[in-house]
Amino acid sequence: MERSLHNQAVIVGIGQTEFTKNSGRSELALAAECVKNAIDDAGLSPADIDGMSAFTLDNTDEIELARTLGIPQLTFWGRIPYGGGAAVGIVHQAAMAVATGAAKYVVGYRALNGRSGQRYSMGVSGDIVTSDLVHWGYYMPSGLLTPASWVAMFTQRYLYETGCTSEDLGRVAVATRKHAVNNPNAFYHGRELTLEDHQSSRMIADPLRLYDCCQETDGGCAFVVTTPERARDMQQPGAVIRGIAQGSTDDQEQMTSFYRDRIATLPEMDLVAKQVYAMSGLGPEDVEAAVIYDAFTSIVLFQLEAFGFCKPGEAKDFIKDGALEVGGRLPSNTHGGQLSEAYIHGINGVNEGVRLVRGTSVNQPEKNDCVLVTAGVGVPTSAMILGKLD
Amino acid sequence: MSKVEERKSEFEAKLKTYVGLPDGPVTVGRDPVNETMIRHWCEAMGDTNPVYVDAAAALAHGFEGLVAPPTMLQAWILPGYEMHDRSTMQSENKQLELHSLFDAEGYTGVVATNTEQEYTRYLRPGEEVHAETHIESISEQKTTGLGVGYFIVTRTLFTNQEGDDLGWMTFRVLKFRPSQPAAAADAEAAPAKPSRIKSPRGFDNAWWWEGIDEGRLLIQACNDCGALRHPPRPVCGACHSSEWGSIEASGRGTVHSYTVLYHPPIPGYDLPLPVALVDLEEGTRVVANLKGVPPDEIEIGMPVQCRVEDADETMKLPFFHPAAD
Repeated sequence: MERSLHNQAVIVGIGQTEFTKNSGRSELALAAECVKNAIDDAGLSPADIDGMSAFTLDNTDEIELARTLGIPQLTFWGRIPYGGGAAVGIVHQAAMAVATGAAKYVVGYRALNGRSGQRYSMGVSGDIVTSDLVHWGYYMPSGLLTPASWVAMFTQRYLYETGCTSEDLGRVAVATRKHAVNNPNAFYHGRELTLEDHQSSRMIADPLRLYDCCQETDGGCAFVVTTPERARDMQQPGAVIRGIAQGSTDDQEQMTSFYRDRIATLPEMDLVAKQVYAMSGLGPEDVEAAVIYDAFTSIVLFQLEAFGFCKPGEAKDFIKDGALEVGGRLPSNTHGGQLSEAYIHGINGVNEGVRLVRGTSVNQPEKNDCVLVTAGVGVPTSAMILGKLD
Repeated sequence: MSKVEERKSEFEAKLKTYVGLPDGPVTVGRDPVNETMIRHWCEAMGDTNPVYVDAAAALAHGFEGLVAPPTMLQAWILPGYEMHDRSTMQSENKQLELHSLFDAEGYTGVVATNTEQEYTRYLRPGEEVHAETHIESISEQKTTGLGVGYFIVTRTLFTNQEGDDLGWMTFRVLKFRPSQPAAAADAEAAPAKPSRIKSPRGFDNAWWWEGIDEGRLLIQACNDCGALRHPPRPVCGACHSSEWGSIEASGRGTVHSYTVLYHPPIPGYDLPLPVALVDLEEGTRVVANLKGVPPDEIEIGMPVQCRVEDADETMKLPFFHPAAD
């Protein structure tokens, strides 16, 4: 029998810091707080944690975090590259670690001063020293320096091929904002957005307007993963991982996969979707709610197509009539997403996925036993389906 | 205590011994208050108040005769041009001694930060101005925009030859270690306009950028299977050969996709800035700026022609223009 991670790992604790535009604290302090909160939520003590999983982009070292929280021993740690594509990738690492016995309780975290510190919106520059600097070198001289500029390039082509419009993108922003309005932790708590607001917001990188772009946030989110056997005895209802996968495909570049025959698709997410559905034995018709990585509005539409909720090019029709809202076909980003809650590189989305399964979202849909959570796109990416632990 | 802290503490102890000391003997103005200097001052300052230059007007305003502008108080005791030559100044001046102490410790910068003056009454021609200055205070070490340093406050009391109080002045200077003299000099020499961000050049890409430097848009070509590839890679993804050469692109192509950048502003780049992903007729794609077409007239599929041009004073880049242009 082929091995798989189906039902082999459970998210048993989640934690976060407050989300602000200027934390006034170190990223280590943010990481320590959200990790401690996740450990508390799981009913564990720091001494129980023996594994860690993080983004390569995260500035907080595992060992600094361990010293800070008094975690005495680590038997596993791993990091996942490619920015937001790692959001579910770090859950995948944690799941593999507990399923193989490399660790008993793995904490995953992402903490950043994303507004008061290094702002991703300000782009890459000649100062960065990474192995893919040569890659960025083909884009920096012509001004393609920011996430918005890279995503704009394939979004423009998507609009051209599908007839989707800026207003359709705006509908994603408006639906997501409705959820944030009810979420006290959201940056846009209590502040509605109309389609007119979206259409009159300033252009950032054509066709992306201001409200097509996510927040920049100071904050942290963390979660704890363990095995189903341990999870059954713990204080929180477990969110079991029914299917989880990573994916990278042919001619992949980081944010600039511009040389494939078709650039207005996400073949890496197609690969992830195929695996997640196969592992879980579920299909798009089974998915009851979703957290769809929304650094930009357009990538939500791309992913609806990649996961088969509609045919390629038809996402604009799928989202009309409130499909993404509570009560719609696929309540999505019920926390307000990264567009309107906070940008914690998708880990606030992982935590919302867990809340949906627990039934504790501020915008809780009725059906919640099959929840899709996705990671950043335009890069090697990842996704999972969560459900209730039996 | 570290060596550095020890030295600082010794230095500060030495500084303290200066607080309260007179900076030298009483200074007496070189000329008594006189009508000529008053008139020159008023002309230079544009002060047209008649009580300073017209005896009748002064009488009409209740004075006994011409009076000097109160703000001239310090002027009466200034040493004149010789102030620029320290050797001509009193050798036992404690303030100069104090400054030398700072200089020796690396606090070579000096800047006057502020002064306060209070005038007791108008001065009349014939009065002699005497001034006595004390070092009033020296601050703790401060970090300022100019550098780390200490503020020194002196207080000067002004009297006439009979000991009548005329007013006082405090004067504050910062003695500092200039923080980045080299950087400041560089900033002056730097060009006013920043340039675009350049690509780093390594084994796999330097040849392509050198082609651009020479005005040629190159495409990497596998020596074994002939497959074209861009961006360049060290190995052919089709046949795995690591032998490669290049061909020069015709520069003819069509816009596959594009964006126009509006925000955020980037030093060295003029916004709005159109950027296109171009299908070259040879079959590969390349990213470059579009020129010669307004942002709202850019269309996917429009034919374009590449020209390698100066992007700024420091680099060439490929630019695509509408093909009919």
